[in-house]
Amino acid sequence: MNKARQERAPLYEALEAFRKKRIVPFDVPGHKRGRGNPQLVELLGEKCVGIDVNSMKPLDDLCHPSSVIREAEELAAEAFGAAHSFFMVGGTTSAVQSMILSCSMEDEKVIVPRNVHKSVINSLILNGAIPIYVNPEVEPKLGISLGMEPKKLLQAVEDNPDAVAVIVNNPTYYGICSDLKSIVDIAHSHGMKVLVDEAHGTHFSFSDKLPLSAMQAGADMAAVSMHKSGGSLTQSSLLLLNADMNVDYVRQIINLTQTTSSSYLLTSSLDITRRNLALNGEAQFEKVINMAKYAREEINDIGDYYAYGTELINGTSVFDFDVTKLAIYTRDLGLAGIEVYDILRDEYDIQVELGDISNMLAYLSIGDRLQDIERLVGALDDIRRLYKRDPSGMLSAEYLPPKVSVSPRQAFYSDKESLPLKESAGKICTEFVMCYPPGIPILAPGELITRDIIEYIEYAKEKGCSVQGTEDFAVNYINVLTR
Amino acid sequence: MGTEMWFADEHTPNVKLNIRVKKQLFSDHSDIQRVDVFDSEDLGKFISLDGNIVFSERDEFIYDEMVVHVPMAVHQHAKKVLVIGGGDGGVAKELCRYDEIETIDVVEEDEMFVEVSKRFFPDTAEGLEDKRVNLYIQDGLKFIRGKVGDYDLIINDSTDPFGPTEGLFTREFYGSCYKALNKTGILVYQHGSPFYDVDRDECCKMHQKVYSIFPISRVYQAHIPTCSSGYWLFGFASKKYHPVKDLDADAWDERKIHTKYYTTNVHKGSFMLPKYVEDMLRRVEKGKEG
Repeated sequence: MNKARQERAPLYEALEAFRKKRIVPFDVPGHKRGRGNPQLVELLGEKCVGIDVNSMKPLDDLCHPSSVIREAEELAAEAFGAAHSFFMVGGTTSAVQSMILSCSMEDEKVIVPRNVHKSVINSLILNGAIPIYVNPEVEPKLGISLGMEPKKLLQAVEDNPDAVAVIVNNPTYYGICSDLKSIVDIAHSHGMKVLVDEAHGTHFSFSDKLPLSAMQAGADMAAVSMHKSGGSLTQSSLLLLNADMNVDYVRQIINLTQTTSSSYLLTSSLDITRRNLALNGEAQFEKVINMAKYAREEINDIGDYYAYGTELINGTSVFDFDVTKLAIYTRDLGLAGIEVYDILRDEYDIQVELGDISNMLAYLSIGDRLQDIERLVGALDDIRRLYKRDPSGMLSAEYLPPKVSVSPRQAFYSDKESLPLKESAGKICTEFVMCYPPGIPILAPGELITRDIIEYIEYAKEKGCSVQGTEDFAVNYINVLTR
Repeated sequence: MGTEMWFADEHTPNVKLNIRVKKQLFSDHSDIQRVDVFDSEDLGKFISLDGNIVFSERDEFIYDEMVVHVPMAVHQHAKKVLVIGGGDGGVAKELCRYDEIETIDVVEEDEMFVEVSKRFFPDTAEGLEDKRVNLYIQDGLKFIRGKVGDYDLIINDSTDPFGPTEGLFTREFYGSCYKALNKTGILVYQHGSPFYDVDRDECCKMHQKVYSIFPISRVYQAHIPTCSSGYWLFGFASKKYHPVKDLDADAWDERKIHTKYYTTNVHKGSFMLPKYVEDMLRRVEKGKEG
C-alpha cells in the first residue's frame, strides 16, 4: 500500500472544490442546499445539506465512474489489497446480492453455510440459483454457529461438482472465523468462485493481529461493511474484487438494482473513511484490540458471564477468532442474552448490538472510549447483583438444521396459504422467519417447519427478540406451500 | 481600556456567568480534559475543566462542608470513607477533622487535576497529605466495582453528569455504591441544580436512579455562587440513617468543629426544599419523571 497515495481523497477533495465554487443549482435535489427546507438544515447542518447534491461532471457518477469516484474506488481497492472495488450505497446487502448475482444464474448451484445473513438467500430468490447448504457445527454450550469446515466443504464440492460458487460468512457476528485459505484452495481447484460476506470484518485488512481478510486469502469477491467496524456512514459499503473477476460485468449487475441518485454523503464518507483506515487504521484497531481484551478480562472477573475469545480456536470449525467482537454468554446468570440486552438499554442507557437466546454482543470499534467500557462492565456487574436467577429450564439451541424441500425461489413464488404458526408443523414454508439482529434465518423459503422450530420461535418471541420476516407482521401466521 | 479579560461559564446555551479575570495561571490538556486556572478579583483563583468552573477559592468551602458534615453529623461512627473525584483535596481536608475516621480513599481519574490543585490551591490540597488519605489515580467506576460492604460513607465529588465523569452519574455507579457500602452506609453525591430546564432533567434522572436503589433517598440544598444558577442540590442516600431524624445535633455541636457554612441548623434547613423542587422530586418518586 502506497501511503503517500492513500493520503488523497479524490471524491472528498472534489466536493470541497465544488462547495467553494458556489454553483447555482438548477438541478436536483430540490432542497437546493437546504434553502427550501430549513428544518432539514436544522436537523443535519449546513455542511451536510451543502454536499447532498446530484451527480455532475466534476463529481463523477457512481453508475458509470470515470473520474473522481473511479480514483476513489482505485484507492479503496489498493487499501484493501483488492484488484478493484465498488462503492456501494445500498448497504452491504447490495454488495452481497451483487456478488451472488454476478457469479450464479438460474438453476446453478451455490454452496452456502446455512447461518448466512438473509441477504444471501434473498439473492437466491432473485436469481433462482439452488443453495447447497453446508450445516455449520454448533458450539454446544454457547449455542452459536461456527465456521465452515474445509472437510465438510470438500464433501459438498465432491457431491456437487457442478456448483459454481462457495459463499462464506467470515467472521460471523460473534467473531468466529473459518479457514479461508483452505476454503479458497478447495473451491478454486474445483473451478468454483469464493464469495465472502465480510460484513463484520472491515478491520481485518488493517492489522496483522487480526484474522486473515478475504482478499488476503485469495477470495474472488468480498462484501465489506465499511459502516460497521470501519466508521463510514450507515448504508455505505464496499464490494471488493480480485483480478480474476470481470469488473465490467459486475458493474452491469450492480446497476440492475442500484439507485441512479446515489448519495454523496455516503460515497464521500467511504472515501475519507478509506483514507483514515489506510493511514491510521492499524493504530486505531490496536487500541480496539486492547480495549476488547481489557473488557473481556473484566467481564469474566465478574462471574456468571462468559466473554469468550481465542480459547475457542480449534483448528477447524473455529479456525480463528476476531477479538474485537465482545460476545458474552449470559445463560449462567439465568438470563437470556436478549434479556440482558433489554435491561442494559432500559435501565442503564446502554445499547448493545444484539442479544439472542444465550448471548449478547457489544460491538467495539474505532469510536469507543475506555470510560464507556467501564460503564458497560459496571452495568453488567450491577445486573448480576440485581437480576441473577436460577438458570434451569432455559432453552439453549440457537441453530436448528433446516430440512430443505424446495429451492428458495420456487417456494417463494409458489401457491401458498397462511396457517397459524402453531399449526404449521410438517408444512413447507415459503417465507423467512428470523430474529433481527442478527438477521440469520431460522426458517428460509422452501424449508420444512418442525415442532422444534416452532417452539424456538415462540420462545424467542417470549424473551423479547424481534422476530420478523413473514407476511404476517406479528409472526402468528406463516405462509406454507399448498399441496 | 482594552485590557479587560472575561471568563464566561456557560450555565445554559442562553445564560452565562461572566467573571473578570486578572490573569490566567495555567492551561493544559490532560488525557481526559482541558484544565485551566485563573485568578480573579471577586472569586479569587478558580479552576475550570473543559471550560466549566469546578470551584473557586471563595466558594469551595460551602461545597466541601456540605458534603462532609451532613453525613458525618448523622452517622457519628464512620471509619472508612471513599471520595470519588475530589482530586483537589478539599473534601478530604474536611473529613480529616474527624478523629474517628481511619481511612479516606480518594479516587481521582485525572492526575493533572491533582497536580494543578497542589500547585495553585495548596491550602485545599493539603487534605491529601494526611496519612489516613490514600490517593488512587483511577476511573471511579472501575475502582468501586469490586468493593463489597467496605465503606461507611461514600462521597461522589464529581460535578458534571456530562463529559468525562458522566459514568459517575449512572445507575451502574449508584448500584456499585450500594454494594460497596456496609449495612449502615451513606452515599452523598452531587445532585446538580434544579433551576434551568437542561439541568432539571438530569436532576430528575439522578433522583429516579438513586431513589430506586436505596431505601432512604433525600435531597438537600446549598447556595454556591459559581454553580449553575447559584443554587445547588446534593443527594443523601442511605441504607439505615435518615438525614434529619437521625441527626444528633448536640453530639455534633459538642465536637466544636469550626465551620463557615455548615451548622446543625443549616443541616435541618437544607432538607427543607422550595415547593417547585419538592414537587419535581415527588413526581419522580411517583414514577412520573420530570
